[in-house]
Amino acid sequence: MNRTWQRFKASYLLFSFKQDKTAMLSLAVLLTLLVTGLLAPVFSPYDPYDPANIDIMNSELPPSWTQDGEAAFLLGTDIQGRDLLSTMIYGLRLSILIGCGAVVLQGLLGVVVGLLAGYLGGKIDAVLMRIADIQLSFPYLMVAIFISAIFQLAFGIGRYEDLSVPLLIVIIGLAEWPVYARTVRAAVMGEKNKEYVEAARVIGLNRWRIMFRHVLPNTMTSVLVISTIQVANAVMSEAALSFLGLGMPVTKPSLGSLIRSGFEYIFSGSWWITLFPGIFLVLLVLVINLLGDWLRDVLNPKLYKG
Amino acid sequence: MSHLLEVNDLEVKFGLRQGDLTAINGISFNLDKGERMGLVGESGAGKSVTGFAIINLISKPGFISGGRVIFNGRDLAALSEETMREIRGNHISMIFQDPMMTLNPVLTIGTQMVETLQAHRRITRAEAEAIALEKLKKVQIPSPEKRLAQYPHEFSGGMRQRIVIAIALITDPEIIIADEPTTALDVTIQAEIMDLLQQLCESEDTGLILITHDLGVVSQVTEKIAVMYAGKIVESGLTDRVVNDPKHPYTQGLIKALPGSLQPGARLNQIPGMMPTLTDIPPGCAFNPRCPLCEAICRDQEPPFIPVDHMTRMVACHMVKLDPNMGTR
Amino acid sequence: MFAFVIRRIAQALFVMLIISLVGFSIKNKIGDPIRDLVGERVTPAERELLRDKIGLNDPFITQYLRFAKNAAQGDLGMSFFHKKPALAVIAAKAPATLELVFGAALIIIFISLPIGVFSAIYPRSAFSRFTMAFSTLGVSVPVFLTAIVLIYIFSVELNWLPSYGRGETVSLGGWDSGLFTVDGIMHLILPCFSLASIMLPLFIRLIRSEMMEVLETEYIKFAWAKGLHRKRIWFIHAFKNTLLPVITVFGVQIGIMFAFTILTETVFQWQGMGFMFLEAVERSDISLLVAYLMVVGAIFVVVNTVVDIIYGLVNPTIRIAGRK
Repeated sequence: MNRTWQRFKASYLLFSFKQDKTAMLSLAVLLTLLVTGLLAPVFSPYDPYDPANIDIMNSELPPSWTQDGEAAFLLGTDIQGRDLLSTMIYGLRLSILIGCGAVVLQGLLGVVVGLLAGYLGGKIDAVLMRIADIQLSFPYLMVAIFISAIFQLAFGIGRYEDLSVPLLIVIIGLAEWPVYARTVRAAVMGEKNKEYVEAARVIGLNRWRIMFRHVLPNTMTSVLVISTIQVANAVMSEAALSFLGLGMPVTKPSLGSLIRSGFEYIFSGSWWITLFPGIFLVLLVLVINLLGDWLRDVLNPKLYKG
Repeated sequence: MSHLLEVNDLEVKFGLRQGDLTAINGISFNLDKGERMGLVGESGAGKSVTGFAIINLISKPGFISGGRVIFNGRDLAALSEETMREIRGNHISMIFQDPMMTLNPVLTIGTQMVETLQAHRRITRAEAEAIALEKLKKVQIPSPEKRLAQYPHEFSGGMRQRIVIAIALITDPEIIIADEPTTALDVTIQAEIMDLLQQLCESEDTGLILITHDLGVVSQVTEKIAVMYAGKIVESGLTDRVVNDPKHPYTQGLIKALPGSLQPGARLNQIPGMMPTLTDIPPGCAFNPRCPLCEAICRDQEPPFIPVDHMTRMVACHMVKLDPNMGTR
Repeated sequence: MFAFVIRRIAQALFVMLIISLVGFSIKNKIGDPIRDLVGERVTPAERELLRDKIGLNDPFITQYLRFAKNAAQGDLGMSFFHKKPALAVIAAKAPATLELVFGAALIIIFISLPIGVFSAIYPRSAFSRFTMAFSTLGVSVPVFLTAIVLIYIFSVELNWLPSYGRGETVSLGGWDSGLFTVDGIMHLILPCFSLASIMLPLFIRLIRSEMMEVLETEYIKFAWAKGLHRKRIWFIHAFKNTLLPVITVFGVQIGIMFAFTILTETVFQWQGMGFMFLEAVERSDISLLVAYLMVVGAIFVVVNTVVDIIYGLVNPTIRIAGRK
């Protein structure tokens, strides 16, 4: 473990990172957001899910620095009287959890499928890739919206809301696995013909071992490269689904649901309910994208275009 | 005596973040009307850069940092882009190595030929097409009328290079710079193309600068030759004389390395070591680490490029300067 | 070339088949055709009778083939809520969405092409760097947020543009168009810009990077060596080669735009297919949902096939490959 740390410290990755101010700033912001979100109970001033904290008389209060604001509610309150800042922090946590969970799911599914298709080839490859291609010919957002609509109808709204976090992870995971499958398959097909694979076969290792212990680690670079975009996409997808009402319910809102509930009130002038969650969301996705750009540039200069 | 093209002390540098690298370190040569000259050397010696430098078309971050390129009395290195545009493709044409990459895949041959003419003269499309057909016939493309509407991928490699030659000749330039024109072609086609190029240059009285690493081709086609090493010309003179009686140790090594003179089964004669990259050119004579005649002065001072052998040869070597007959076979 | 077209069409038909299978399975397992036909107030006994009568107890394959046959003839079932054939409902709402996508596509073409080409030719200029930075930001903002912000600025604060609905439409033989009245066009502006905002950063970057790659090729260098005017080199030699891969991406992105119309139409209360879809979800109108799936699936497949064929026509290396 110590050796790995030593290698990392001396690596090009760290060197290049220290040179790139944008990357460093993005990582700092990302870490702040992650810590704040994941440790929501610690950082948020109130617990927005506790009914005792919510007083409908407090609803729609503007941020504390404006004329009608109150000091107790830093960024104002939403339509139900919940402190906006606290709800946002909890919402941030949901967005992070669902985003990462979905990517882990699509990653596992996609990598295994891609590995099998790329290495075993033949009929398995043809069938798996056909399925992936058909799903890919639909934009992922549409697939996600459809799957969630079906789930909602199948489970009924009540149960759907109860299970929303795992369901959303499954939905977004299922919607995007083909991207991983395709990438890994291409990488595997490139590795398949290299000599270390031949050597492993000659020694007599069985193909599962070769696939998972030898070929797979060498395809991790491409997986890493697309993973950052995928996390950003997953967070955006969850926000979109919640905005449409197909995602997190209003009782346990994510940033997308907050924007939705805020939208209706923008005409009466309560702009903060939409704006602040919006800023949080954009900030989260932006730093992930910036770090992703830097990572792509560092890992494979050929891939980074312009 | 005034030459058609005179390159004087040309210097080309590449401007990198870490500092400037010298790619061409002061070379001089000249070319007269209708003369055919070879520029030989290994990959990386700076031959292609020289070709581009003459028409000031070096890719960034390269730039001409010194010297002059005098063509018809004007210094090309100092002219504006707009004036240079009038010279390129018109008075001085260039042929690149790989004809598949040289021709634009989405434009017809006809378009690519006609546009060259229309860029430099006031001429109607019909007139331009007539000239194009005439040039296609000259490069021996069969049924040229049908060919004008076809795309590059519909031709074989040899045919494509003929088309490129036709494009280069279409404006009746005074000089053609040919950068490794046959390297990317099949061996069987190489001789044909080279013959064609030589024939056309002779009949049209066009000057030719042939950039290549192939000594065999150079011996057949050119009248003069300049040998480059690590950004400098180390020897130049009449092709016949240089190839049969090389004076510079590097040229001698090159000639000896040709397999033609050996018995089958014998080891090939190599020059030990490798040509240095731009970043680690040794002080003094750049060839000194590999040279069998190397002395202390060679490691210290760069040898001057001086005429020897009754002014018929230019050589850059301390040892030859001391004894012009050194190394003669 | 002919073989190429045939192959693409065959692929398209195959995908449609799969889509119809998926659609039918959804309808079968989750939908309730009895309720669609006669409402909710029937006794269980009557239900069973009806089920038999319409053939709901037949094997899966039989039912599917019936469904497919009907679909091919234009019958995609009845919408429970609208009490009309599903296809008719969709047909009525389609023009709104199609005009929205059309408007967004125009905006994308007319903005991303010049900016992309300019940033490729002058990559270090302040303008290029600014656009690149802005585009990373652009990709990070979800479409509905852009829409809301645009509404807030242009509708609520400045009051220049309307914030919902289609405005005045002109009916042209069943097609309700908003393109022919000033009011209609005013209503189109904000939604089209919102929709375009997702794709703009992507296209600007794509065009820029493709063009930069093209500008480094040997044939462009040769064009410079021939002494051609730089405008000709940029806009004829380089541009045509840049466009080819961009066309394919454009086709795929049009499909994606349809997905985002669902979000945009929600924000602007735009009475198009996307809005209809969400209503159908809220009302559990399975027939309409499945019909939407089929129609949108068909649109994607057709658009992708047409784009591939256009690419084959425009790219001489494919078009003429047969001639040899």
